[in-house]
Amino acid sequence: MNNYVIIGNGVAAVGCIEGIRSVDKEGKITVVSEEKHHVYGRPLISYYLEGKTDLERMNYRPLGFYEEMGCEVLYGRKAIKIDNESKNVVLDDGANLPYTSVCVATGSSPFVPPVEGLETVEQKYTFMTLDDALALQKAVNSDSRVLIVGAGLIGLKCAEGIHGIVKSITVCDLADRVLSSILDSEAAAIIQRHLEENGISFMLSDTAVRFDKNTAYMKSGRVTEFDALVMAVGVRPNTSLVKDAGGEVNRGILVNDRMETSLPGVYSAGDCTEGNDITIGGRRVLALLPNAYMQGHAAGVNMAGGGEVFDKAMPMNSIGFFGLHAMTAGTYDGEMYEEKTDTSLKRLYTKDDRLIGFILIGHHERAGIYTSLIREKTPLSSLNFELLKKTATTYAFSPKIRRKKFGSVV
Amino acid sequence: MKRIYVNEEWCLGCRLCEYNCAFANSGKRDMVTALKGKPIFPRIHIEGDDKISYAVSCRHCTDPICVKSCIAGAIYKSDGVVQIRKNKCVGCFTCVLVCPYGALSPSESGVMQKCELCLTNSVGEPACVKGCPNRAIVYEERGALNE
Repeated sequence: MNNYVIIGNGVAAVGCIEGIRSVDKEGKITVVSEEKHHVYGRPLISYYLEGKTDLERMNYRPLGFYEEMGCEVLYGRKAIKIDNESKNVVLDDGANLPYTSVCVATGSSPFVPPVEGLETVEQKYTFMTLDDALALQKAVNSDSRVLIVGAGLIGLKCAEGIHGIVKSITVCDLADRVLSSILDSEAAAIIQRHLEENGISFMLSDTAVRFDKNTAYMKSGRVTEFDALVMAVGVRPNTSLVKDAGGEVNRGILVNDRMETSLPGVYSAGDCTEGNDITIGGRRVLALLPNAYMQGHAAGVNMAGGGEVFDKAMPMNSIGFFGLHAMTAGTYDGEMYEEKTDTSLKRLYTKDDRLIGFILIGHHERAGIYTSLIREKTPLSSLNFELLKKTATTYAFSPKIRRKKFGSVV
Repeated sequence: MKRIYVNEEWCLGCRLCEYNCAFANSGKRDMVTALKGKPIFPRIHIEGDDKISYAVSCRHCTDPICVKSCIAGAIYKSDGVVQIRKNKCVGCFTCVLVCPYGALSPSESGVMQKCELCLTNSVGEPACVKGCPNRAIVYEERGALNE
């Protein structure tokens, strides 16, 4: 009987469990969960603070999930070593978990830069886990002035989450715009303006260089007082288990399309990995929930002896703030088609007869049709792109392809 | 499994399916009070132009990417039907970003909705099919969908 160990208990782990069970109903599955929580949708922590969900509804799978899948979950345990010679995972309590195959789904951790005086700040938080969100919630009230360092996805979703429960929020970032990893300056300006209209303040091209208790001294010379500090500068993949076992690691754990690491029997999935990005033709860390699930599923199937390839990974984000939604995908290169107003933006990027990326703000309708063109590398010459760039519609496909898609008789 | 299929040749583009869908899922007993003078939120929509038109709704994919992409675990497939636990949805639009058919859209309340074949509302069978005046929408078994 196979013995599967999954290190981590996030969405990649669920994908892995469901992948294994799609092939092997009998093998033993052990999940090592550092967090003492049933699996939850990690991006939901900001929605939790906002009151759009609660602890029960945040469960990513129903409460009976592990039992139904025949898994044992070791809560509050941390894997400290993979011994791939003896095929054992060593836990922090000294226990050994023997495995036939192991999946490293350890995710990522907040990166906290060593800013002078940070140790003098009493109320400082990161925003990655449910426990982080619960701690922040406990620490703030309607009198709190909050400083968030980092205007990326995590920092801004945190801002939206606590907006209704604190007095003021200021977000600073060394970059000259918000969401600099996924938006260009014009797109970022639309989102920033919308956030400002909702009461969020910004200090961009600026960051805290020194803290003294409740005071932040900024690079620009400005001085800001705060009651609580959230460090949301960025995240780093948790790669050490594979690295220490001699596996190939770059920024993330290197994986192929079968989610195999360079170590036999050791798989990896989710935010800790660096796998192929179809839009750049190379490896990249793509810390995105859908990728985590799909990578995990492929890992699980392959661990159980099946053959599943996940070769459709690409950057894509759907992120909304106070009712305004931005969607992005792929890379922004090649020729650009654009439609814009003061509050909306559509940019489609095409190159070599393919759609390779887009930025959509306020243009969400049927956006998945665009995403699918990138994912499937559909030749634009095979469809009516003049129509499609204006409206995302399946009518742009040829009748033959359309009928095939909809399963109708040709 | 049985799915909804459309015949482009027979579709008149009358959009009655959109109204029947919105009504069937409104929970109201009377179509006028349910729909009159309000924006409607159907889970099926007509695409095409003045010559060719056809209705599009969820294909209930064999391997649904919306289920795998939902950040809340709110979308699931049960007995071949892709469904949403609406109370879990936080309205992030990730499903809209990934569905190749454009079959998910926000409901009136802002959480996402999609065709669930009228199996969970009071109609019990697809209202779009039942109400199509030209029988351009059918509900039948045609085997696995080519994706």
